Amino acid sequence: MISFLVLLPVAAGLAALAAGSRLRRDALSLVAAALHLLGVVRCWVHPPSGELGGMLGLDAPGLLFLTIASVLFLLTAVYGGGYFARADPRALRIYAACSLFFLASMTLVCSSRHLGLLWVGIEATTLATAPLVYFHRSDPRVLEATWKYLVLCSVGIAVALLGTFFVAIAAAYGPPEPTPLLLESLLARGPTLSAPWIKGGFLLLLVGYGTKMGLAPLHTWLPDAHSEAPAPVSALLSGALLNCAFLGVLRGAQVCAAAGAGGFARELLVLLGLVSVGIGAACIVGQNDLKRMLAYSSVEHMGILALGVGLGGGAAYGAMLHGLNHSLAKGLLFFAAGNVVLSYRTRSIDAVRGVLRRLPASGVLLLAGFLAITGLPPFGVFLSELTILNAAFAQGRGVVALLLLAFLSIVFIGMAKGILGLVQGAPPEGTPRERESPVAVGPPALLATAALALGVFVPGFLDRLLEQAARIAGG
Amino acid sequence: MRSLLDALLVLAVLFDFLLLGIGDLGASIRISAMQAATLAALPLLAREDGSLGHPILLFLGVLAVKVVLIPRLLFRAIRDASIRREMEPLIGYGLSLVLGGGLVLVSFALAARLPFPGPPPSDLLVPAAFSTVLIGLLLLVGRAKALAQVIGWLVVENGIFLFGLAFVHRTPMLVEMGILLDVFAAVFVMGIMLHHIHREFDRLDTRNLTALRDR
Repeated sequence: MISFLVLLPVAAGLAALAAGSRLRRDALSLVAAALHLLGVVRCWVHPPSGELGGMLGLDAPGLLFLTIASVLFLLTAVYGGGYFARADPRALRIYAACSLFFLASMTLVCSSRHLGLLWVGIEATTLATAPLVYFHRSDPRVLEATWKYLVLCSVGIAVALLGTFFVAIAAAYGPPEPTPLLLESLLARGPTLSAPWIKGGFLLLLVGYGTKMGLAPLHTWLPDAHSEAPAPVSALLSGALLNCAFLGVLRGAQVCAAAGAGGFARELLVLLGLVSVGIGAACIVGQNDLKRMLAYSSVEHMGILALGVGLGGGAAYGAMLHGLNHSLAKGLLFFAAGNVVLSYRTRSIDAVRGVLRRLPASGVLLLAGFLAITGLPPFGVFLSELTILNAAFAQGRGVVALLLLAFLSIVFIGMAKGILGLVQGAPPEGTPRERESPVAVGPPALLATAALALGVFVPGFLDRLLEQAARIAGG
Repeated sequence: MRSLLDALLVLAVLFDFLLLGIGDLGASIRISAMQAATLAALPLLAREDGSLGHPILLFLGVLAVKVVLIPRLLFRAIRDASIRREMEPLIGYGLSLVLGGGLVLVSFALAARLPFPGPPPSDLLVPAAFSTVLIGLLLLVGRAKALAQVIGWLVVENGIFLFGLAFVHRTPMLVEMGILLDVFAAVFVMGIMLHHIHREFDRLDTRNLTALRDR
C-alpha cells in the first residue's frame, strides 16, 4: 500500500510530462490526488504493514502529516485549475509534473522508517519544488528566490546527511546489524548508542532539517520562496512541506530521547522554537507584502510546533494538533490571498483596499483565515495554543509561556493592522464587484470550515491518533 | 593498505587547499571531480569483510555521477552561459588558505573529542572528513559566483561521503543510490538555474529599455 502511494504520483507525473493537452494534465492531477487520498484513508482504516524490509511504514505522526499533505494536495489541484487559467502552457506542464513528484517525495518522507531514506525523501522535496517556486519566470526576483531556496536548503540538507551519518556511527558501537539506521532498531538500541555522537548527530539534523522547516535563524530563504511562488505552491510549501521537514527533526529527537539525551534535544527545540516565534512576530509587524506576512507567520508557527514538542507532555499533544490547525489555516490564507493578488495584481498591503466589496467571498475567507491563524476562539489554533500554554505553566515554565503569549499578541496586532486595512475601505475606483468562481473560493471555504470545526470538536479517531503522535514525539 | 588509505585522505585534504587557492572555475570543477574520484576509491580499501561487490558498485556509481556526469553538466553551464572563468572571491585567496589551515586544526580538535567506535579504518578519516566539510562551507560563503557556490556544495558533499565511508559496507544499496541520484538531480536543477541566471543578466539591459513602454 505505501509503495503504491509513493509510486502512484510518480507515474502520474511522468504521464503529465507526456500528456498533450492541459485538460488531460489537470485531469491526471485530480485523479492521482483523489486516488492518493483514498489510499491514505484506507491507511486509517487498515493500518498498513511495513514494506521494503521495514524501511517503509506509517506511525502516528507520519500518518497525520501524510493525511494533511494529501488533503491539501487535492484542494490545491482543484484550486490550481482556476488560478492558472491564464498561465503559460509550457510552465504548466512542468508545474503539473513537478507537483506530482512533490507529492510522491512528501509521501516518502512521511512513511520512511529509515533515516537514510528519510534524507533522500527530503532532498527530493527540495528538487521537486524548486521548479514550482520558479513558476513566474519573467521576474528576476523569482530567480533570486529560487536560487536562494535551492542553495540554502541543499546545504541545510547536506548538513542533515552528516547528522544521519553521525547517528550511524553512534550505532556502530553495538553488534553489527543487517540494516543500520532503521528507526526501529535505533530506538530499541537506545542507551547503548554513543552519547557524544548522538548529540552531535541531533544538532546537525536540527540545523539541517530546521533550515528546511524554517526555524529561525535558519529561515532566511523561506519568506522569499513562499512569497515569490504562485499561491497554490505557497499553500503546499507552508501547509504540507514544512510539516514534513518537522518530521525529520522529530525523528532525530526520537532517537536522541531513546539514547537518554532527550533533555538536550528538548531544550534545543524550546530555544529554537522561541527564537522562531519571536523573529516571526518581529517581521510580521509593519510587513507590507501580504504573502511575506503569511510566510513569516509560517516561521512563527513552526516555532510553536518545535516549542510544543520541546516542552513535551501535554504540550506535545498541543503541538500535533497545532500542526494540523496551522496547515488548514495557512492553506486557507494562501488560497484567499492568491485570489486577492490575482485580482489586484499587487502584493503590497498598502495598495489593496476594499477586498470585502470587490471580492466578498475571498474577503470573508481572508478575514476568517486571519482570525484562525492568530488563534482567536472558536478556531482550532486557539485550542492548540491554549493547550501548549497550559502545559508550559503546568510544567513551571512560566517565562517560556509568558514570552510565547507576548509574541502571539504582537503577531495578532501586526496581522490585524495589515489584514483589516486590506479588507475594509473602498476599492480603487472603476473596479466593480467581481464574480468569484466556485473553484477559487470552494477549497479555502472547506479549509475554513475544517479549521472552525476543529476548534469546537476534535473527533474521537483524530484524538486517538494525536495522542499516539504526541506520545511518540514528546513522551 | 592502511598507508595507501592515509595517503588518499591526505590527498583529499590537499585538494581542499588547491580549491581555496585557485582562481579558475574550470580548474576548480576538475579538482572537485578529482577529489570525488579519490574518495570513490576509499570504500575499496576500507572494507572490513571480504565482499567486494557492494564497494565496487558504489565506486562505479560515484565515478559515474561525481566524476563524469556532474563535471560535464557544470562545464556545459560555463560554455552555454559563457561565464567568465575567474572566481571573484569575496574572501581573498591568501586569507582563504589561512582560514582553511585554521579549519583543519579545528577538525583535529573536533575529531579528538568524538572518539570513533571501535578501530577506525584510519586515524585521519574523521579529521579529513571534518576538514573537507568545513572548507566546503568556506568555499560556499567565500565565493560570489553561483557556479562557485555549486562547487563549494559539492565539496561539502564529498566531505560527508567520507563519513559515510566509515560504515559503507552496511548501508542499504537503495539508500546510497538514492543519495547519489539526489546529488545528481540537485546539480542538474542548479545547472538549469545557472543558465537562467546568466540569461537573465544578459537580457537585463533590454528589459530596462522596454519597461517604460507599457506605462
